[in-house]
Amino acid sequence: MPAVSKGDGMRGLAVFISDIRNCKSKEAEIKRINKELANIRSKFKGDKALDGYSKKKYVCKLLFIFLLGHDIDFGHMEAVNLLSSNKYTEKQIGYLFISVLVNSNSELIRLINNAIKNDLASRNPTFMCLALHCIANVGSREMAEAFAGEIPRILVAGDTMDSVKQSAALCLLRLYKTSPDLVLMGEWTSRVVHLLNDQHMGVVTAAISLITCLSQKNPDEFKTCVSLAVSRLSRIVSSASTDLQDYTYYFVPAPWLSCKLLRLLQCYPPPEDGAVKGRLVECLETILNKAQEPPKSKKVQHSNAKNAILFEAISLIIHYDSEPNLLVRACNQLGQFLQHRETNLRYLALESMCTLASSEFSHEAVKTHIETVINALKTERDVSVRQRAADLLYAMCDRSNAKQIVAEMLSYLETADYSIREEMVLKVAILAEKYAVDYSWYVDTILNLIRIAGDYVSEEVWYRVIQIVINRDDVQGYAAKTVFEALQAPACHENMVKVGGYILGEFGNLIAGDPRSSPLIQFNLLHSKFHLCSVPTRALLLSAYIKFINLFPETKPTIQEVLRSDSQIRNSDVELQQRAVEYLKLSSIASTDVLATVLEEMPPFPERESSILAKLKKKKGPGAVSVSELEDGKREGGELNGGGERITDASAIAASNASTPSPSADLLGLRSAAPVGSAAPSAGSLLVDVFSEAGPVAPSSGVTDDNFLSSTPSSSSLGSEDAAPPLPESDELLNKFVCKNNGVLFENQLLQIGIKSEYRQNLGRMYLFYGNKTSVQFVSFTTALNVQTKPVEPLVEGGAQVQQVINIECLSDFIEAPLLNIKFRYGGALQNITLKLPVTINKFFQPTEMSSQDFFQRWKQLSLPQQEAQKIFKANNAMDTELLGLGTALLENVDPNPENFVCAGVIQTKAQQVGCLLRLEPNAQAQMYRLTLRSSKDTVSKRLCELLAQQF
Amino acid sequence: MSVGHVAARRKWVQSSIVERSWSRGKGLCLLTANHFEKKLYASLRFLPQMQFMLLFSRQGKLRLQKWYVPLSDKEKKKVTRELVQMVLARKPKMCSFLEWRDLKIIYKRYASLYFCCAIEDQDNELITLEIIHRYVELLDKYFGSVCELDIIFNFEKAYFILDEFLLGGEAQETSKKNVLKAIEQADLLQEVHP
Repeated sequence: MPAVSKGDGMRGLAVFISDIRNCKSKEAEIKRINKELANIRSKFKGDKALDGYSKKKYVCKLLFIFLLGHDIDFGHMEAVNLLSSNKYTEKQIGYLFISVLVNSNSELIRLINNAIKNDLASRNPTFMCLALHCIANVGSREMAEAFAGEIPRILVAGDTMDSVKQSAALCLLRLYKTSPDLVLMGEWTSRVVHLLNDQHMGVVTAAISLITCLSQKNPDEFKTCVSLAVSRLSRIVSSASTDLQDYTYYFVPAPWLSCKLLRLLQCYPPPEDGAVKGRLVECLETILNKAQEPPKSKKVQHSNAKNAILFEAISLIIHYDSEPNLLVRACNQLGQFLQHRETNLRYLALESMCTLASSEFSHEAVKTHIETVINALKTERDVSVRQRAADLLYAMCDRSNAKQIVAEMLSYLETADYSIREEMVLKVAILAEKYAVDYSWYVDTILNLIRIAGDYVSEEVWYRVIQIVINRDDVQGYAAKTVFEALQAPACHENMVKVGGYILGEFGNLIAGDPRSSPLIQFNLLHSKFHLCSVPTRALLLSAYIKFINLFPETKPTIQEVLRSDSQIRNSDVELQQRAVEYLKLSSIASTDVLATVLEEMPPFPERESSILAKLKKKKGPGAVSVSELEDGKREGGELNGGGERITDASAIAASNASTPSPSADLLGLRSAAPVGSAAPSAGSLLVDVFSEAGPVAPSSGVTDDNFLSSTPSSSSLGSEDAAPPLPESDELLNKFVCKNNGVLFENQLLQIGIKSEYRQNLGRMYLFYGNKTSVQFVSFTTALNVQTKPVEPLVEGGAQVQQVINIECLSDFIEAPLLNIKFRYGGALQNITLKLPVTINKFFQPTEMSSQDFFQRWKQLSLPQQEAQKIFKANNAMDTELLGLGTALLENVDPNPENFVCAGVIQTKAQQVGCLLRLEPNAQAQMYRLTLRSSKDTVSKRLCELLAQQF
Repeated sequence: MSVGHVAARRKWVQSSIVERSWSRGKGLCLLTANHFEKKLYASLRFLPQMQFMLLFSRQGKLRLQKWYVPLSDKEKKKVTRELVQMVLARKPKMCSFLEWRDLKIIYKRYASLYFCCAIEDQDNELITLEIIHRYVELLDKYFGSVCELDIIFNFEKAYFILDEFLLGGEAQETSKKNVLKAIEQADLLQEVHP
């Protein structure tokens, strides 16, 4: 039993705790607890009313049991009862129980809020503080609703005690964090800001947390706090260590308040007012100066408090990033800490320097510490410190020191802790790529990486090296030679086999002249690894073999032999078996020319964000120091694969929007940038006028106009290619789109074609979305209109979607819709689909409003027989059809029969405008319609009548 | 904190970056802009400075727990288990800071007790270390050379002292005298109304 027991000890509680401590086993403890719980339950349920003391004691026991890790499902009510006790100690235990055990959605919250309300109104400062502590501890939305209005008043009232103000400030902060919408500062703002001037340091300390949080959210309303904070800081920094009495901590004046002030300033840009800024810079300089002074105490608390302020000041300096002098001084100070005997300081110095490295003013200064940092990486005994050192090396890396840093990181990797290896590998790979001047160094580095830490080399890393080798002619021979040598190691990592298989398959010919790496030796080397590899690697190797047959005809018999063996051609894995069968067949029947075409060297990969970088980003999340900096470095010109065409940023963005990630195995991260049609929106070149250059006019359709778009399905208009005739259902598909502009035009098991279109006057724009529903790519994907379009990208990844944009201009009225022919290869089979593009004459309608009198006047004017088209037909749909989407104006109160619909509109074409009037007379009994159209042009009337008759 | 909050805050960050291109010269490079945004974002996080404080013995027994973020009991137990294990595995000369999930763990051992706080990544590690120390001083002063048993048998007092010192994860009163004065006043109240 401890000697101290201030206030009134609860003897029963102490005995119970002793009992628990004396329990020899977990079982005994549980037994004792259950006994106690039963006892308490019976007391609470008993007939005799408990006095306050007993209630308090039992509630406290329950709390103790809960804190031991056991569940408590009763006693809440008794605790709430304690809240309204007028004895402080009972109230206090009640509040403690509530703070620890009551969750926010408890039904008791109303009762609790009542008790709190009474205590807040009591004007007894100790009761008020208890109530405020409880609100701050629970911080539920219900409490915010009940008290968010009251607490600001308590905070700024002139007669509130200091201790209550402190609690009120932090209580309000807690409520603001849970329910910002309920805490409205409004009129209190300026009085809260002025708490920074309060005489009581405790009040300032508490209030500044609130002010910081509010400033982050409403910087403009609170910006007067900057000058107040600067002057407060200045007074503290320049005070003698005894001035602040008990707020001085181990000879450091008000360290907590100083840190909070410096943190508040980090919510704002540097002060615009020259005087304020000067004063602040002075403060920062003083803080830096003090770091150089001999310590006033040997205690670690003294140096910790002092350095806490120093690090916060450095954060502010980095945040401003505008004072080169201070940045360099900060860097030098941190440099001293790098060799400090306190591990904590070394850790913090490494961490802080990481951010300094990214400032242009201090980057060079940081670099001077490279040796110390490398030493830290090698000798620190604590992995978290080593991790910081690795991060800093990464951050300080640039072209001048890349080789050294990469070499150090590589050698560290051999002994690095497992927990950080993967990240280290990514970092090495990125640095090697970003700062590669000669690419043989890059290739060496990555192969070393695979050798040293193969298990931690993710796919992205080896994809990337292949991407780069393919795009750089000058490094291909070296890569082939190096990978050939690396594969000769008796045990090499599977990732090495993958890279080796791919590179030798593509570029093995570059080293085949050397008898030591003759084609057959290359093949035997690869094949010696085959049996140790997993299925995907084996599949890759099989592809390498067929490439070998193309590159080196002399290896053909050997390789065919291998492919023909039972272990390949009858492999239980379908993928391997299929490859073996197909490659064997391909090698035996295809002529050398065909083989050479099929197995041609891979084209350069388009330039894009490094897939490794994307991976690191994913790993680190958006806040990672190093990533943003890296990207930037890349933009500065550390371009590695110059082989690929640069895509502008805009189109790259469009590309990533256009494509959805494909689940299929796709080498080299193609999935991250489906290029299809993406250049279009930005370049504008793909926006072709479908109708402006119509194909050869086919003699047909009884259309007389010469410049009329003719879209008859004739082979001539589709060019010489063998487009399939339109699908039988294409007319039906077309009809679906007469009254709507967006939707799915076509869908089968492989392909889905979606349409979005918009029209204005005689112009339109249509977006076609070709979606690959399979997981396999479509190759040789082409679409042809019987007018000119720019081709879409020939490849559609599995699961991906490509987009095509068509600009449409209606030159004159027309009848037939343009034909759209789509061809692609899916798993070898040619797919050929022809559809009607849903462009119909009514899309170019402009609605026209007119009165009943006008309507019938015009109706009569268009009375020539050829101007009218009429159809009587049975209703296809329910008779409540509305003429939505048709494009004309529906005229109310025009027709004497209210059942009838009349519409008017003008069809806009480039050549002329055609006015149209429409009348639809339903006969509900017969389920029939009579549709009459009159327009100034007979073909228009006829066509519209045909189109619309399908819609009802 | 809801997802909506985060999104809204991010949006705000972006707009404020546009508004405040002050410190960027002509050579506004992506690097510093990103860096700036990151700093701003970090300081904009809406969570309390301190997430929780745990006191546990060398045997791994939890002696005091104070949570400043709402977590379920299950989650609390999981966090506690993980941290106790991690901190107890550390060797004496190692640094007092640990990265754990998105947080930083600041810990220090006093005799048989470990004091362990979780703060956010961007928060000040050293000042947190001294928060721990000040709390230890307060306990020490109140109990008169405090030991683990004092905290076991008077756990409610340990909570009361902590509430006077830290509220909602923020320092409320850093003066030792003032905190103890408040506690002693409360004790007086207890004696006046037995």
